[in-house]
Amino acid sequence: MTIEPNPRPLGQDAALSVRNLTLNLPEGMERSHAVSQISFDLVPGKILCIIGESGSGKSITANAIMGLLPFSIRISEGSIYVGTTEIQSMNPAALRDMRGRKVSMIFQDPLSALNPLMTVGDQIVEVMSAHGVGTKAERKSRAVELLKEVGLPEPTTMYRQYPFRLSGGQRQRVMIAMALALEPGILIADEPTTALDVTTQAQILTLIKDIQHRKNMSVVFITHDFGVVAEIADNVVVMEKGKIVEQGDADTVLKTPFHPYTKHLIAAVPHIIGQDRTPHVARSDTPILRVRNLVKTYRSGSRMFGTERVVKAVQGASFDLLPGRTLGVVGESGSGKSSMGRLLVKLIESDGGEIFFEGTDIAPMSEAEFRPLRPRIQMIFQDPFASLNPRSTIGQILTVGPCAHGMSFSKAKAEALALLTEVGLDPGAFDRYPHEFSGGQRQRVGIARALMFKPRLLVADESVSALDVSIQAQILELLDRIQRETGVSMVFITHDLRVASQISDEIAVMQKGRIVEMGPPSQIFLNPQSDYTRELVAAIPGEKAAA
Amino acid sequence: MTALSATPHSRRRERWWRSRTARRFMQHKLALVGAVIIVALALACIFGPWLLPHDSLQIDIRARFSPPFSGDHYLGTDPLGRDLAARLLEAGRISLLVGLFAMLLSTFVGALVGVVAGYRGGWIGSVLMRLVDAFLAFPSIFLVLALAAVLKPSPAVITVIIALTSWMEVSRIVEAEVRSLREREFVLAGKMLGLSGSHMMFREVLPNAMGPIIVAATLTVARAILTEAYVSFLGYGIQPPLPSWGNMLNGAQQYLETAPWLAIVPGIAITLAVTGFNFIGDGLRDALDVRSEGG
Repeated sequence: MTIEPNPRPLGQDAALSVRNLTLNLPEGMERSHAVSQISFDLVPGKILCIIGESGSGKSITANAIMGLLPFSIRISEGSIYVGTTEIQSMNPAALRDMRGRKVSMIFQDPLSALNPLMTVGDQIVEVMSAHGVGTKAERKSRAVELLKEVGLPEPTTMYRQYPFRLSGGQRQRVMIAMALALEPGILIADEPTTALDVTTQAQILTLIKDIQHRKNMSVVFITHDFGVVAEIADNVVVMEKGKIVEQGDADTVLKTPFHPYTKHLIAAVPHIIGQDRTPHVARSDTPILRVRNLVKTYRSGSRMFGTERVVKAVQGASFDLLPGRTLGVVGESGSGKSSMGRLLVKLIESDGGEIFFEGTDIAPMSEAEFRPLRPRIQMIFQDPFASLNPRSTIGQILTVGPCAHGMSFSKAKAEALALLTEVGLDPGAFDRYPHEFSGGQRQRVGIARALMFKPRLLVADESVSALDVSIQAQILELLDRIQRETGVSMVFITHDLRVASQISDEIAVMQKGRIVEMGPPSQIFLNPQSDYTRELVAAIPGEKAAA
Repeated sequence: MTALSATPHSRRRERWWRSRTARRFMQHKLALVGAVIIVALALACIFGPWLLPHDSLQIDIRARFSPPFSGDHYLGTDPLGRDLAARLLEAGRISLLVGLFAMLLSTFVGALVGVVAGYRGGWIGSVLMRLVDAFLAFPSIFLVLALAAVLKPSPAVITVIIALTSWMEVSRIVEAEVRSLREREFVLAGKMLGLSGSHMMFREVLPNAMGPIIVAATLTVARAILTEAYVSFLGYGIQPPLPSWGNMLNGAQQYLETAPWLAIVPGIAITLAVTGFNFIGDGLRDALDVRSEGG
């Protein structure tokens, strides 16, 4: 397959064909087309991956195929064929019948895609009854069968569960069961594993591959992760800003990409570096941060009424951090890594243990005692959209902290302007509001805010997780440079082992509130000591294929 | 850094009337109608009395009970022969001012209580919100009447009394909004910078809650105007000879059969003002709600 600008004859054997599809965006947006002149075929019984960064138009393409476009976006040109039927010519009733029966879809966030007030089983049955399939008893037994098929334990009990009782991976399995209810020939999966942990992601990918194989289904799999593409794809379509820049079979695209954008994306994918980082010149061997037996327990409900729930978020974590070094903290969601980060900067209070920062135990300090020390320990947050006050200008965001600690505004402004350049932003950003910037740029602002105080310790909590891979690489590079220039120490919290391997001198693996293993990247990735670490490393997408 | 960084999406500075909110407000037809009504009423009340041929206090016994559109009494005259149009506009000044200041006062108190309760939470929040519940549980019209009977009712006193009975709505809205804002990361970020509690509440969190506050405030004006009319109609509010729309209605009661325009004219003025503010409130609510459709 290559890019052909002119319409090709319909592939007689294609399960799904998109021809010269152009979707117009409403006026006043960044560009006039959501997607422009895209054409591709889905080969029956194969998995086609559509890959691109945010804003590339990959999800809107999936919605167009399902006939689920928002009102403001219309198909202005081109056509979509499911088998040999063109979907624009279908009336709403026929379109509804097609959804679920011929083509069905699974979504990124299974919690918001499931109805919280219906049991899992009823939701699967609903799909069948909406299409008038089978009798009541048949539908029910079919639903149980489906739950079993997607690998959920005890399907009859599961049938009666509500979505909130299930884990993220289980919910995604339920979504897949719903999508399979009417045995559609085509499955569209829109970033189905993005919100999941690595080990769960690996399981869901195996499940999709397995079901696709067993039922000989055709799958369109949308993702931003080349690691996932390497795991699962037969064919690949690469999209950039609403255009297809490259398509072909997975091997060719991954090994010999021709388009610069594809090359750029593949190069940006973080890979495990089995080597240790060349250590910066350590100024001293006395650790800047020494944590001993740190404990945090969350309690909710009431002890009196017997509804108390105790979550041991951090259980006895201990580690040392040398000046100018980076400690990577990795773990899956719920492992307590974020709680630990917040304990270190005292955004939450610890229940036990010591945190020695430059020799003083900061754990028992009150907020008032700790306030003068705050400038020395700063944090970079996860979400570049939520961590900047939308009503403050970048200048206010940067200067408000130092001014509150007694710096004059003019001095703070001068430093802020210098820092903006330092983190790769235009000094003109000073008077702008956060919404005028992209995710990566906002994260740079977040970094600049933390650096305004010239801190000795930076805690970065999932600071690159919300960013596209190419932006991720730039931010990691920036953090690395800042560390080399200022000698700041870092605690880098992430769920992504590939990212941790790139920036850490040492890595701590957390599971259920405990540090199960700690060591340099070479040990963690090449010679893991604990079973859990081994499992995590094995689940990293794309590494097997690349190795 | 490479060319990938550094340039913001849009280079042009946006003027407020071009902003999405303003555009959507303009597309909301009822809101636009409301805005036109209120602006027209306000301008008429401010400048009208100087342009009319008669003063509001000028008594013309020969012309009493003139129906509207008779001679140069455009809206007729009252039992003392005073020009109804002049009195209506004079009364409008009082009624609109009472509404406006009652709104400012109740929004200020309500927002203050709401922000503190929402941001602090814990027992402080509980106590403040139970106070709000207590005020809400009290039948406010009786409170207004009782207070007005005890205190000497001047426009300022009426304003304060109305504000006292209408700030709770605002604090509930603000408390809910602040409670959700408090969980956002930028609040944590502020804490990390070592900002003080009051700085966080009033400089960081409160500006983000302005949308719902403005909507609530608009609707409060409408309610305050109505309350003033109730109270004055019952004779406990603004006292004649100072006119207000409410006490004009009061005076018109006994002439309903012989001179119905005495009641109809201020009635229409109240209706116009209240619906105008309500339309604006609805429009603002839709315009500020980012989740609603269209753009």
